[in-house]
Parts: sequence; C-alpha cells; structure tokens
Amino acid sequence: MSDILLEAKAVAKHFGGVKALRDVSLTIRRGEVYGLIGPNGAGKTTFFNCMTGLYIPDGGGFVFDGLALQADAPHQAAERGIARTFQNIRLFGNMTAIENVMVGRHVRTKAGVFGAMLMNRRTRDEEAAIRQRALELLHYVDIADRADDLAKNLSYGDQRRLEIARALATEPKLLCLDEPAAGMNATETEELRVLIEGIRNDGTTVLLIEHDVKLVMGLCDRVAVLDYGSLVIEDVPAVVQKDQRVIEAYLGA
Amino acid sequence: MDIFLQQIINGLVQGSIYALVALGYTMVYGIMGLINFAHGEVVMIGALVSITVTGTLAAAGMPLGLAGLCGLVAAILSCMALGWSLERIAYRPLRGSPRLTPLITAIGMSIVLQNLAMIVWGRNYMTFPPLLPKINFEFAGTHFTLVQVVIVLLSAAMMAGLVFLVYRTKLGMAMRATAQNPAVASLMGVNTNRVIAAAFVVGSALAAVAGVMVGSYYEIAHYQMGFMLGLKAFTAAVLGGIGNLAGAMAGGVLLGIIEALGAGYIGDLTGGFLGSHYQDIFAFVVLIIVLMFKPSGLFGEKTGDRA
Repeated sequence: MSDILLEAKAVAKHFGGVKALRDVSLTIRRGEVYGLIGPNGAGKTTFFNCMTGLYIPDGGGFVFDGLALQADAPHQAAERGIARTFQNIRLFGNMTAIENVMVGRHVRTKAGVFGAMLMNRRTRDEEAAIRQRALELLHYVDIADRADDLAKNLSYGDQRRLEIARALATEPKLLCLDEPAAGMNATETEELRVLIEGIRNDGTTVLLIEHDVKLVMGLCDRVAVLDYGSLVIEDVPAVVQKDQRVIEAYLGA
Repeated sequence: MDIFLQQIINGLVQGSIYALVALGYTMVYGIMGLINFAHGEVVMIGALVSITVTGTLAAAGMPLGLAGLCGLVAAILSCMALGWSLERIAYRPLRGSPRLTPLITAIGMSIVLQNLAMIVWGRNYMTFPPLLPKINFEFAGTHFTLVQVVIVLLSAAMMAGLVFLVYRTKLGMAMRATAQNPAVASLMGVNTNRVIAAAFVVGSALAAVAGVMVGSYYEIAHYQMGFMLGLKAFTAAVLGGIGNLAGAMAGGVLLGIIEALGAGYIGDLTGGFLGSHYQDIFAFVVLIIVLMFKPSGLFGEKTGDRA
C-alpha cells in the first residue's frame, strides 16, 4: 500500500476566461492532516469540487488510493472513500440529526428497493446497524443528546459537528473539511482542533481548507498554499510560514 | 341524512383510490419536481394486466380468488417494471433540462401508453371478473359492499407501508435527502439516479394496486380509464400540497368525499338542471380554487420556484 493517498496531477479548471485552477499538482499522504490555504478566491473550494466530482476538471486529474478518480458522479467519489463538509453548511435541514448521519451510511450498506419493500430479515438487521453506528458517530462528535432534533434547529457549532459526523459515516479514507472553523469563536475552534486531531489519530486522513492560519499551522502536518489558482508552495508549516511568496500572497506585494 | 352518510362512505372508497394514485404523483414531484402525467396510464396498465392474467388463469381452471391474487401480483410487478422504464427511457435523459421539457414528455408518454394499450387490449370495455364475493353490509341506514371495505382497508395498509418506507428505512432516508438537496445527497454517497428510479418503482406499485381496485370496484376496465383518474389524483395531490405524502393521502380522501357529496346533491342544488353525471366538475372546481387561493395546498410548506 502506497504512502500516498491522493495525488492531484496538473488539475486545471476554467470558468469562461477565469482560470480558477492552473495546473495544480499536490500529494496528500496517508494519515496526515493536510492544510490547503490561500486568500479568498484562490481556488480552494474549486479544487474540492473538482475532487469530489461536482465539477469536471478541464485538465489533469486525480489518483486516489492508487486508482484514477472518475470524476463524473459525486456518489462514486464517496464510494471510493472521499467525504466532505461544506463551507456554507448544507445539512438536510428537515431531517433529524441522526437521520442526517444515517444517510451517510447509505454507501456502505446493501439493501435496495426490494429489501425496503419486503422488509426481510437482512434489511431489518441492516437498518438497526445503521442506526446504531449513526448514534456512535453522534457520540463521537459529542452531539448525541441532539440526535432526534431537526438538523435546522441545531446551533451553528453543532451543525458543523453534525456535518463532520455525516461525512465520517461514509467511512472515508480522506475527510475533506471546507472551512470548518468559519464563524466559530476561540473556544469552539479549540474544540474543533481536538476533534480533528482525534479523527487523524483514529486513522483518517484529513484535508483541511481553512482561513484561520493559526489553526492550520498548529494542526497540519503539511500545508499547501494556493494563489490565483496556482500552487505557491507545499511544505511543512514552519517552512510555509516563512516563505516570502506566501507572505506576499496574503499581504499583497 | 342517509344520503349524506352514504355518500361519505362512497367518497371514502373512491378517495382511497385517489390517494394511492396521488402518492405516486407526489413522490416523484417531491424528489425531482416533475409532474409525471403518465402516472394515470400506469394505473390503467395495472388494471388491464390483472384482467388478462386473472382471466387466463381462471379459464385454465384456477379458483377465482387465487387467480385474482396472481393477477394483482402480476399487475404490481409489470407496473414496477413500467415505472422503472418510464424513468429510464423518458425522464433520465432529460435530467437537467428546463422544467417544461420533461412535463411535455410525460404527456407524450401518456399518449403513447394509451395507444399501446389500445393495440394490445383493444378499444372495447373489458369486464373485470368479480374477485370478491358480493357481500353487502348495512350500517346506520347505509349500504356498502365487501369490495368497498377491502379497498379502504388495503389502501390504508399500503399507505402505512409507504410511510414506514419513507420515514424508517434507509431507502426512504435517501429519498428525503435527495428531495432536499440532490447534490449534497450524492456527495454523501447516495446514488440519486437509483433513488429517483426507486420513487418511480414504488409509486407504480401503488398505482397497480389502485388499478386493480378501480377495476374490481366498477367491474370494468378500458385503455382510457387512466386519463381521468390520473387528473383527479393529480388534483388530490395538489389539494393536499404536492410533494407532501400526508397531503396526498388527505387530499385523495377529501377529494373523493367532495365529489361524492357533490354528485349526491347536485340535482337538488340546481333544481334538477344538472345530474350526478356532472360529478367530474367538482374535482376541477376544487383544483381551480386551490390554485387560486392556496397554491401550496392544505399541507404544503413552500412551493417556491417549483410549479
């Protein structure tokens, strides 16, 4: 098993004349927390969307877990082991917290239309296992007491946690978090840091897009910086922090 | 007063059938915002398949009750296949096209199915074999038959089953997730194409049962029977708030009762000018009133940009 989990090879994406990604190449290793930072509009979320199949790249591609990533259907990315959360929270608001997580289990379970209509033994056992696992995940992110509340009624911080639980339910090899600390206060951010460290320690590789530079530098094993759609640098936080180009990208030349 | 109660019972029976069909409309609409106008034709195909299968088996010497059961199962299975094919052939290639395109395709599919049925089963009315013994009940001055009782009970059971499916199973959860946000659902690993196909298959199974019910209630079936029934069920779905399961059930029963009461009293109301064969106008008067004054229906939350 290769040490490399995800390799982006010269990924390019244009929107009309705007080059949102210009031949971005980077590698994410198994078991690390990998940070992707850059000023607003640098192409971070576009990169995420290309990887999870929401956008089809105009050039280049991804190798995930040793195989090319077919980027034409998002549910296939989930099947292969890529899960994500969203910058602007996108839960199923009219479903309960636990149901949101149960949807994430979908891809790892078998019963289909006929199973659901006949409700045979195997289907019933599977439903019970799904519920059980979903509850465990809610415990894991520490919101089990809100299991039966509608997702839209949860507090902002809890909604962020629920999104992470839902993503973890797909048993990802790579968990992609799109600005999870956005809008959080210092305490919530610290709790989030502990949660992400726990996820890494439990063996899931994490890709983190984040504006909070302090969080990124404290948490990530390696960091990549995007600016105007191009990769500026990819290295350990200590080196990235001191890089002149990064400082220019953030402060303006 | 006797007429009133009697018509409530008749309406309840007819309304249960509307409700089953309306659920098919509302499920598909809730998940993908499409009004599947070919759904009424699925009901018709269900009725005709069950006539053929029941008739053939009964002629071969099978007891009528058992033959009827086989006919029902055959109708359910063939309608499920039909619903799946409709989605696959007619609607999936149009995913992502403007809303009007699949709507017109649905009307087209409805015409195609009617004509296919006419070629296969002919243009004449077909008599539906009496599947259940003709037992009459009398209660508080009203009369009803065993068929009517079975229709109401079976509908209620099917609806309970559907509610269980949608709110308690993994497939149902995937359906609700897809209805709320297809893009996010697919990112969470839900194969939205398969979920949409499942909505068609499940809706068509209900339609098949409704078809057999209509057939055995009126003891008649015909290649055009799905058209008016489909429109009425669509009205019921709109009345309840299209996209909403509880709405479709309540809307169906309510519409059946409104129609039955209307038919019962229209003669008195118009001084004999209009007879009970004008009962169809009530469904559409209801549709117009709902669309004018409460387009989101009784249970509807938001209609927003979907129409």
